[in-house]
Parts: sequence; C-alpha cells; structure tokens
Amino acid sequence: MQGLGLDEFYRRREGEAGLLKPQDAPTVNFATLARDNGNGTCTLELMVAGLTCGACIWLVEQALAQESDVLRARANLSTRRLSVTWRGEASRADALAALVARLGFRVAPFSPACLSASEDAEGRELTRSLGIASFGAMNVMLVSVAVWAGSDMGEQTRHLMHWLAALIALPTVAIAGMPLFRPAWRGLRAGRLNMDCAVSLGILATCAMSLSETLRNGDFTWFDGATALLALMLAGRVLDRAARRRARQAAAELLALQEGAVTVLGEATPVPMERVPAGARILVASGERLRLDAVLEDAHALLDTSDTTGESLPRAYAAGEALAAGAVNMGAVFTARVTRAAVDGSLAAMGRMLEQAEQARGRVTSLADRAAQIYVPAAHAVALATFLGWWLLAGLPWQVALVPAVAALIITCPCGLAIAVPAVHVVASGALFRRGVLVASPTALERLASADHVVLDKTGTLTEGRPRLSPGTWTEHDLREAAAFAANSRHLLARSLCRACPDVLPAAGVREVPGEGLISGETRLGSARFVGVEDAAGMSLHLLRPSGASIAFRFADVLRPDAAAAIRAFQRSGLGVELLSGDAPDVVARVAEEAGIKLYTPGASPAEKAERIAALQAQGRRVLMVGDGLNDAAALAGAHVSAAPAEGTDLAQAASDFVLMGGGLLPLAEAVDRARLAQRVARQSLVLAFGYNIIAVPVAVAGFATPLIAALVMATSSLAVIGNALRVGRR
Amino acid sequence: MDILLWLIPLALLLGGLGLWAFIWALRSGQYEDLDGAAARILFDDDLKKGG
Repeated sequence: MQGLGLDEFYRRREGEAGLLKPQDAPTVNFATLARDNGNGTCTLELMVAGLTCGACIWLVEQALAQESDVLRARANLSTRRLSVTWRGEASRADALAALVARLGFRVAPFSPACLSASEDAEGRELTRSLGIASFGAMNVMLVSVAVWAGSDMGEQTRHLMHWLAALIALPTVAIAGMPLFRPAWRGLRAGRLNMDCAVSLGILATCAMSLSETLRNGDFTWFDGATALLALMLAGRVLDRAARRRARQAAAELLALQEGAVTVLGEATPVPMERVPAGARILVASGERLRLDAVLEDAHALLDTSDTTGESLPRAYAAGEALAAGAVNMGAVFTARVTRAAVDGSLAAMGRMLEQAEQARGRVTSLADRAAQIYVPAAHAVALATFLGWWLLAGLPWQVALVPAVAALIITCPCGLAIAVPAVHVVASGALFRRGVLVASPTALERLASADHVVLDKTGTLTEGRPRLSPGTWTEHDLREAAAFAANSRHLLARSLCRACPDVLPAAGVREVPGEGLISGETRLGSARFVGVEDAAGMSLHLLRPSGASIAFRFADVLRPDAAAAIRAFQRSGLGVELLSGDAPDVVARVAEEAGIKLYTPGASPAEKAERIAALQAQGRRVLMVGDGLNDAAALAGAHVSAAPAEGTDLAQAASDFVLMGGGLLPLAEAVDRARLAQRVARQSLVLAFGYNIIAVPVAVAGFATPLIAALVMATSSLAVIGNALRVGRR
Repeated sequence: MDILLWLIPLALLLGGLGLWAFIWALRSGQYEDLDGAAARILFDDDLKKGG
C-alpha cells in the first residue's frame, strides 16, 4: 500500500481532520447484505464515514481496485456512499468491508435512513425544473429583447414574436412550475396563504394576461417576466435544499454508525436489533450498548446508565434485575433475556412520543410565512383595485385593463421578497456548518434567535461523557507500565488509560480475566477486588507490582474544555443558564461551580426534566435545551429549540434542531449570535424588498410599467437581497 | 425579414440541444456527486491491477 503514496496521504490527513487510525473490523455481517446480480457478480452498498476530500475517494477506490476480483468500486463524496461490484461469492463482502476499515474509514451498511437523505427524488426534480426554466427564460428573453428594441417592427412580425414567446413560455411554466404549484395548492387547501401561493398566482396570472395580449397582438407580452421569476425562485429553492441536505446527510451518517446487530445465543451470526424476539437470550460484550429491554441472567453486571438516567457512576446489577435499553456494559460480557421486542420496547415508545412533540412544533410559522400572510392579500387587493379602476372607472376594454393589473401583481411579487428569508438561511446554515453546527430543521434558526434561557444536561453535554484519568500519586513510569497492560483490553477504563498515554505499545503475555482485570506473571491491573485492595471510591484501576505495592489510577468525567467559555458566551448574549441533571447532588454541584452556573437541579428524572422545561415555557421563557441522553429526549422535544452533541444517542439527535459535530458547546453559543444576526438581516431584506415595491407599484398601477421595467426591478431587488444575505456568512 | 425563418428555428434548435444535454447529464447521474467530481479529474486512471 505504501507504493500508492499512502504515507504522504496520512500525514496530510492528520493535520486536517485529526488522526486517522485503522479501525477495528466492523462487527456487522456484510455478506448477507451483498446483492447477487445474477451473472456471477455481487454488489455491496456501504456508507463510509470519514470521506472528506477527493484523495479519500481515490484511496478507497484504488485500494479496492487492487483486489483481483473487484470489477468496479465507486465512492460518492457527497453522499458517502460506496458501491463495490466483484466477481464471485457474496461472502467476499466482509473481507472488502474490512479492507476499507483498515484504511481508517468507518463503514456501515447503507441504511434506509441514509438512502432517504441522499436519494431525494424531490431534489432531482428541482434541478431538472431549474434547467428547463432557465432554458425557457433565456429563449423567451431572446424574443422579448427583439420586441423591446424593434420599435420599427411590423405588425405581423411582432405577432409572430408574441406567438413564439408563448410557444416557449407556456410549456416551460407548465413543466418547471410544478415544484412551486404543488406546495401552493397544498397550502391553499389547508387554508394558509404562503409565499408559494403568491408566486404561483403571479406567474399564472402573468401567463394568462400575456396570452390574451398575444391573441389581440398588444404592444408587449410579459412571458419573459413570468419565466425569469420562475427560474430565480427555483434557483433559490435548489440552493436552500443543498444546504439542508448536507446537514441531513451528516445526521443520517451518524445514525447509521450507531445502528447495530445483537449477538443472540444459538444464532451463528449477529441478528439485526429489530428482528430479535422477546424471550431470546442475548450476549452483551464489554463496551457494547444494550439495545433491548432485558433481565439479567448472569450473577452480576456493571452498566453505565448515564444515557437513560444521567448518573455518571456505573451501577451494579444482580441476577433477575430489569435492564433498560440504552445502557452501556462497563463490566464483563453478560447474558440477558430479552423482555420486549424492539417495537414494543422503551426506546420505540420514546420514539413515538418524540414524533408527537415534533408535530406540535411543526406548527411554528416562519418569518417568511408571516410576511406572506400580510403581504399576499395586500398585493392581490392592489391588483384587483387596479383592474376594476381601469375597467369600470376609466372605461378601458377589460383586456387592456388587465395589463396594468397583472403588471402590478408581478411587480409586487418579485423574488426579492420571496427569497429574502431563504437566502439568509442558506448563508447562515453554511457558516454554521463550517463551524460544526448542523441545522436540522427549517425554522430552527428563527427559534434559536428568540431563545432567552438555556438548559443544559450534565453528562455528555457539559462534560465529555467518558472517563478521563485524573491526576494522582502515580508517576509517568507507572502510567506507561499500566497503559502497556491496558492496551490489551477493550474495557472502557482500560481504554481511557491508553488515551492518556497514546504512544505506548501493548505489553506481551498479558491475559485478561473478563470483568476483573489483566494479569501477567505477578503483575496485575484491574478492579480493587481483583488486586486485593480496599477501595470504594468511584471509577478506578489499580496496578499491583510483584513487590506488593499498588498504585491507584482514578477516573472522572471532566468538563469539556470549552464549557466554561461557552457558559460565559451564553450569559453575554443575555441568556439565563441552568443545569438540569439526573446525577447525584454533590457531583452536579461541583460541575455547576466549575462551569460557573448558579442555577442547578440534581437528581431529575426524565419526566421531571420535561416538566421543568414545560414550567419554564409556561412562564413565557423560550428555552434552548441541550442534551445528549435518552433521558433528555423528552425535554429536548418539548423545548422551544434544542441541540444535541454528535456523540449523543440517536434519539436525542432525532429530537433536536441542531447537532453539534465537533462536540464543543462554544460553537452553539456563537450560533445564537449568528442566528440573531440572521434574523436581523432577514428583516432588513424584507423591508428592502418592500421598499422596491412602494416605488414600483404606483408606476405599474398607473400603467407606465413595461416588461423591461419589471425585469429591472426583479433583478435589482434580488441582487440587493442576496448581497445583504451574504453579510451573515462573514466574520 | 425572411432570414427570421432560418434564424429562429436555428436558435431554438441550439437552445434545445443545450437543454437535452443538461437533462441527459442529470439522468446519467452526473449531478449526484458534485464534490467528488471536482477532485476526480486529478486521478490517474492508468493504475493496473496488482500494481
């Protein structure tokens, strides 16, 4: 592999995106997922996490192409999808997936969630419509410019030009306008006036008026305005979608990596979680997450329940005790009997509750829709008044009176107004994405801007959520010796010890006693009981030397490095800060003091958390909830706006508006300021677009507007609005 | 003005050709991976199997 110039590749990668280390071979059975193409070849679709640049896809494709039986390997950088086709048996799938994992990329089956996030038929339809609309707009413009310029044009030639424009514009609007007409129709049927209604009506009315002008061979047709408006609107849509698609994709990628199979006793291969029936006996490996509700069958087990209850210390369970799904095994391998299948389990119940909360929140009206609700009836009233005025009062024929009326309509709905808010959102989401904050829902930024109180969870949100070595009486030499031992184990504490001393190589001849510790000759590393010392305090590992001396390594869940800075940033932005945790009072008090939080509530159950949020909202506070665990999911879903770290549980992320990729809290604090700036700029843009209308509408109503003026107003107001939106991305 | 009889169909034909090319590119999946396509031009394509 070094022949491919890999050394240089890894060195560059380390600088850019952190250390890229060979991953352990994935535990999923890929052979069952490979698709047999029928002619002796098989295809496997994989989701590859960590593809960040062109060189990554080159590396993956080349490494696979080196295999003699691989016919085709193609990686997609946007969707992180890898498709491999090879000649031979489906069982090769595991080896090929392991090969990619060895290069340092994490692989997972390309799940339906990834599929729905990447294969959006809607997005493709938008792109196609944009292409058609741009083609139509340009060709109609070709004809229109001839009409505008050709004042000496003969009557018949002008009539021909009008028909030509109609011939191009009408099919264009009929085909490319569908992505706008459909939501407009849906909105109308639900009794809501949205921007789509205004734009659709504007385009359709302009087409109708232009057709009538074509029939009676008037001076101008307005097909160019209608098609240009359509093309600009679609361009805004495509951009908006691309920004959110990136966020959706990253979220789906995280979830795919968390999905897993369960080892069932009596089955040769791991079984997907949703197919494990109640009553099955499952094996839970050390460090593995329990995915189903179960009762313990072995004598004892040690589980980290921080995700389900918020307790930071692992809890010991005895045989026959019920274990809730979501806990992580901190001790030895144990067997348990499943009490409920996945669909009836506690996780699924929480998922359903989240969906309900989500629907309730979907009713928040966005700024753009609120503007449309005032603006659309006003614009239509002006157009109607113009028509009636010219027709009844001034006594013009109705076809002639229609022209200034529709001109007023198309000038009042120029895209400036309709793209004011989306343009700001695209720029703001892009800027946040670069700082590691994913915007998951369309109205999230508006809600974040109005938040005035932040409630934080402790474990995994304010703290790192995994044990870290605390300073103690040990020396550097002790640490190196213990880390060399610990490198032989997958136990969580042993791994934390290795993280403290990453360059150490595993010691040879070390045997692991599951759940107890590691042993080599007279030297032991493990729990207090294993090495024979008295110690009851928290998470610790003990090193016992042949001489009989023992050294304790203690671990604690420490604050994130940027937590205190983030809290100060929140307070500077005028938000009240509160800590809400399920953990013991003394731990919560210590963390709150370190982070500089005055208001804290320890020992809160999931229901109490949700109640606290509801109580705050009832007082009129707009709560930003930040949490990572299953115990936070209800509170996250109930809050005005919510965020979850990327390492958090999938349910917490599903309930959140923002996902924090880098894991830090500081980007979220900055996001609050940026969201407020975005709201300010969006309001300015709306005012700006209104301003244009106030000048242009009287011209149109008076009947002086020509298609040329409409095109100019449309272009300049759009440019002004887009230029204004770009300010949000700076800094 | 007879020239229009030639020029207008010609202009529409050329425009239509562009539209057809765009739809063909969209259908054959060339808009699926815009980030990756930017880097692909730099890849060597003469690396042989096993080499």
